[in-house]
Amino acid sequence: MNTTRRTLLGASLALPAAAMLPRDAAAADSFKVGFIYVAPIGDAGWTYQHELGRKALVAALGSAVTATYVENVPEEGADAERVIRKLATDGHKLIYTTSFGFMEPTLKVAKTFPKVKFAHCTGYKRAANVSTYSARFYEGRYLTGIIAGRMTKSNVIGYVAAFPIPEVVQGINAVLLAARTVNPNVTIKVVFVSSWFDPGKERAAADTLISQGADVVMHHTDSSAVVQGAEEKGVWSFGYDSDMLRYGPKTNLTSVTMDWDNYYIDQTKEAIAGTWKSSDTWGGLKSGMVKLGPLNTAVPDSVKAEVAAAQAKIESGALLPFAGPVKDQSGAVKIAAGASLSDGDILGMNWFADGVQGKLG
Amino acid sequence: MHEVEIAVAIAVATLRAATPLMLAGFGELITERSGVLNLGVEGMMLMGASVGFIGTVATGSPILGLLLAMLAGAALALVFGVLTLSLMANQVATGLALTIFGVGFSALVGVNWVGTPLQGLSTDIWPSLSTAPPMVQQLMLLDPLVWVAVLLPFVVQWFIYRTRAGMILRAVGESSDVAHALGYSVLRIRYFAVLFGGAMSGLAGAYLSLAYSPMWSENMVAGRGWIALALVVFSTWKPLWLALGSLLFGFVTIAQFQAEGLGLALSPHLLAMLPYIATIVVLVLISRDATRLKLNAPAALGRPFHATA
Repeated sequence: MNTTRRTLLGASLALPAAAMLPRDAAAADSFKVGFIYVAPIGDAGWTYQHELGRKALVAALGSAVTATYVENVPEEGADAERVIRKLATDGHKLIYTTSFGFMEPTLKVAKTFPKVKFAHCTGYKRAANVSTYSARFYEGRYLTGIIAGRMTKSNVIGYVAAFPIPEVVQGINAVLLAARTVNPNVTIKVVFVSSWFDPGKERAAADTLISQGADVVMHHTDSSAVVQGAEEKGVWSFGYDSDMLRYGPKTNLTSVTMDWDNYYIDQTKEAIAGTWKSSDTWGGLKSGMVKLGPLNTAVPDSVKAEVAAAQAKIESGALLPFAGPVKDQSGAVKIAAGASLSDGDILGMNWFADGVQGKLG
Repeated sequence: MHEVEIAVAIAVATLRAATPLMLAGFGELITERSGVLNLGVEGMMLMGASVGFIGTVATGSPILGLLLAMLAGAALALVFGVLTLSLMANQVATGLALTIFGVGFSALVGVNWVGTPLQGLSTDIWPSLSTAPPMVQQLMLLDPLVWVAVLLPFVVQWFIYRTRAGMILRAVGESSDVAHALGYSVLRIRYFAVLFGGAMSGLAGAYLSLAYSPMWSENMVAGRGWIALALVVFSTWKPLWLALGSLLFGFVTIAQFQAEGLGLALSPHLLAMLPYIATIVVLVLISRDATRLKLNAPAALGRPFHATA
């Protein structure tokens, strides 16, 4: 039985702040790896994908590794630091902290445990014993943009977004630019629901977009509500984080999924071998960190071929999703013809491309 | 014609968004009118959401699912009642603990049901749907709980102002000692009010997991319990104003989505604040008379009752 914050909450009325103990089934000589999750694992979504990675790690390295996790660790407050410190004290030699908000706690604990190695997901601060890693989600979004551009009849794509931050904006622009390569008339309507997780609001936003003529909807939020809503209304949808085909068997065209398996296996192997070094990893389609889920049978073969070709080009570097000429909503040139955005510009993206209907800030 | 369609879409979406707030809000209104402040609405809604979902999937009957959800909400309310009414624990602290407990326990109960697909509540309740004009069809396709929520303000208004039981309820909430002196069982009446509040919160939660977005996921109520609680206070415990506040909150939320979808050039941050600001401003305006506010607040709200004689 996993001792987590949640099961303890269920078992007693007490606030179990002191009881967030990691699951521990350590064999004496195996290399201990820890994972900190921001949310409950559930069965789809951001944390679920990290848990798949942890399982893949255990499957790959067997008894050579003991992989512990603590789920549902809040980003705010002192809990995160305490849980990370606890894992380090318990002899974990490599600790993955899988949410942006764990950045400062990770660095703080890393300072007091110089021999323990840390890897922080989606952050930008590193140290001698702290790596960072993230994925180029926008490359997967670009591929869905091609499918969306081909499948839409109304030429309106509805996009349910959480917050106007660069990670979200990248995805929206990537979809628009890709869709316009196959269908110049596409526009995207964006609705911000101001929450990463509120199935009710996500669903209401999707319903609104559909009532305004969107016949393809996608989301950058954490529940499957948009995919389920689209299935009920009979419009196309795309999933995010995890494969969501089973929430919309008829209408979910595919999902942009994260795959951390290889990163966790490689990094852990290096740590065991003693060759681990602090690094910054930003993987995309090429390294397999971002993948398209299975395609719905509704996607025609010609479109499948188009997607496969674009994927091959992105992997080889022949196709850059953010390549000029691109104008923003005001008509100002954001990427000149023949130029492309640097990683820094992509990470700080704060403008919508012309054709996106919505406002930032 | 297009404008009419959008107006109908907004009306339908507003009713749906306001329904969970109304169901939970009216339960809490009755509870508070009896002089008991239960801050556990969010937790009871979550229990209703998970138990209602599981019950519906397991039995195949949404009616049974809704009943089970009400029972689950009432069961949690009973715990609250025993602690605060019989054992006279602090109502605020107990209510907060109830929410924390409900968040965790609903997640524990529902852990194996996350991601289970479910057909939403049947909306097929009216005959001869196909012959009605499309606009009317839209309204007729609303699920039955929305109609319950629409009728609720009038029923509660009639109950607390026009029936003997309602007046006794208010008497208990205004002055438990006087009600006791008149021979009414204060504790029994408060237990009923607390249980009713729990059952309605459970129903509101089940509405979210069965109709609004048919799915179960941890913490899916996402703060609506707190909004319902705030609406009860801002409406100065008046049923019709509570209905107005809930509808207004739902309307502005939906209007925000519509405005963004239609390309209105407003900051998303500003739009996200609007439902809260609009609701607070309107409800403060209609209840700005401090004396009337005082008159409306149940005088014994939050005070434990101990029969001395």
